[in-house]
Amino acid sequence: MSAATTAAEPAEDIIQHESRAWKKLKTNKSALFGFVIVIFFIVIAIAAPILPIPDPAATDWGAVRKPPSAAHWLGTDEIGRDILSRMIWGAQASLLAGVVSVFIAVLIGVPFGLLSGYFGGWTDQAISRVTDALLATPFLILAIALAAFLGPSLTNAMLAIGLSAMPIFVRLTRGQVLAVKTEDYVEGARAVGLTHVAIMARYILPNVFAPVLVQATLTVATAIIAEASLSFLGLGQQPPAPSWGSMLNVAKNFMEQAPWMAWWPGAAIFLVVLGFNLLGDGLRDALDPHES
Amino acid sequence: MLSYIARRLLIAVPTLILVSIFVFVLQKLLPGDPALVLAGEERDPEMLEFIREKYRLNDPIIYQYVYWVKAMLQGDLGVSLRTGQPVTQLIADKLPVTIQLAFMAMIIAFVVGIPAGILSAVRKGTAVDYVANFVALSGLSIPNFWLGIMLIMLVSVHLGWLPASGYESPFVDPVRSFETMIMPAFVLGTALAATLMRHTRSAMLGVMKADYVRTARAKGLLEHVVVLKHAFRNALLPIVTLSALLFGELLAGAVLTEQIFTIPGFGKLIVDAVFTRDYAVVQGIVLCTAAGFILMNLIADILYFLLNPRMRSSL
Repeated sequence: MSAATTAAEPAEDIIQHESRAWKKLKTNKSALFGFVIVIFFIVIAIAAPILPIPDPAATDWGAVRKPPSAAHWLGTDEIGRDILSRMIWGAQASLLAGVVSVFIAVLIGVPFGLLSGYFGGWTDQAISRVTDALLATPFLILAIALAAFLGPSLTNAMLAIGLSAMPIFVRLTRGQVLAVKTEDYVEGARAVGLTHVAIMARYILPNVFAPVLVQATLTVATAIIAEASLSFLGLGQQPPAPSWGSMLNVAKNFMEQAPWMAWWPGAAIFLVVLGFNLLGDGLRDALDPHES
Repeated sequence: MLSYIARRLLIAVPTLILVSIFVFVLQKLLPGDPALVLAGEERDPEMLEFIREKYRLNDPIIYQYVYWVKAMLQGDLGVSLRTGQPVTQLIADKLPVTIQLAFMAMIIAFVVGIPAGILSAVRKGTAVDYVANFVALSGLSIPNFWLGIMLIMLVSVHLGWLPASGYESPFVDPVRSFETMIMPAFVLGTALAATLMRHTRSAMLGVMKADYVRTARAKGLLEHVVVLKHAFRNALLPIVTLSALLFGELLAGAVLTEQIFTIPGFGKLIVDAVFTRDYAVVQGIVLCTAAGFILMNLIADILYFLLNPRMRSSL
């Protein structure tokens, strides 16, 4: 009975801690700024089909490489497509890639990190060595190699980015588990005879939540750049589907004649990545119990 | 000391073996008959049989792996299907170019990132700190291929100051070499400078609170002596470790930078290989980068050990 009450405390602690964190986040101006940017891009990505914009694939040979004007706010590209429309549809590809690949990384990384930290011994050794090996291959090189062998597509790019981001989550979760594994409430839960799965789910996982959330937010930023990089190299989203990276890939051939083709996609990547980075930094400060 | 290095080396071995398995399995991800894929355009049955024989494709997979590793250990990474050159040769040719680029980028990153980090830590909470932080975060958020395009537009197209692309060896024409490399190096160095700045700042903030810094101040030492001699020397440890880890970021960045500025390096080699389906080259490069990364980590661990008197005395 007493073990159960002591075990209930950390959960309440976490809830209180979270509302404190939310208050702290609301007063952090740069984090809020990041949040607004992120929401803005999410809204336009979702609203793309209902916005009054031209078809992103509609070509107009009478308006090839036209600078920004009233008819085409951001100008047109090399085959007369409206850049604003392609930018808005491109937001879908970028955000989707960022979120899905991080989702893959978390979904695989966190359970393996949990197992590795909780059981230790050979399980830990095996998982850690595989993680080391994955970490030894730079993010983009691994993604390029996977894209090369699996074939270039947005889905494969997301898979490749997710796999290369996964080790960070294994390590993070493992470290977090090692830190709380010996806490009294975990010992207590073990003493009352809870199963490993129940202990991990109820008493360990909540402690992993905050750092994983921070890391996930920051990794979305990295993943968006990674997807744009792959698409820029021609290994991500395939034309004619719009993506910011592939728009830049084409734009680099028209730097002299149509510089605006390169302005917008790059600026959009920069802004959305900055947004996620600001939000992630803010979340880290807000959720860090050591910082006052 | 020696036992420490030996232990580190021992951990590196299973990592390398696993990496080699990953790279080997990559090849097996290819759909269809591997001989057909490896042959490229070639459809001659005799040629296909030769390839099957050469790569032991008729043998069980475990044998294929063993033969492959055996060849690798003898420095044979296979042959490029496009040019017929050994992959080892191709990599050795392109590597110096990328090393020059990476080296220049690293210098830029250190010269900008470390002083900015120290300054921002010393002036914590002031305008200097905020500006430095914002610039660093922007540096991390800006896609380097876009920065490259923008710089080419400004510096090469508009101002005509520097060439937009091309490469010259520093041994042939040092001035020309510098002119073609400085812009790519700057582009590649930006994100690294930003990472270095942020880490230097947090490392400095950590040590500035330490007792020995307070003691140094109490002794009446000049502030810059306290900051540089007492605080920075201790903050250097995590920075050294980080620099080795940045190696991966550097290589990944080089892939994009070389693509934009058409620099014939390592990065351009892998991208070209992907498009010509030159799988042996792709595998060779992945393997080399991973081995390089593991080596850099090893060096970082050893440096950390050498620089940290506490660790030395603990053994």
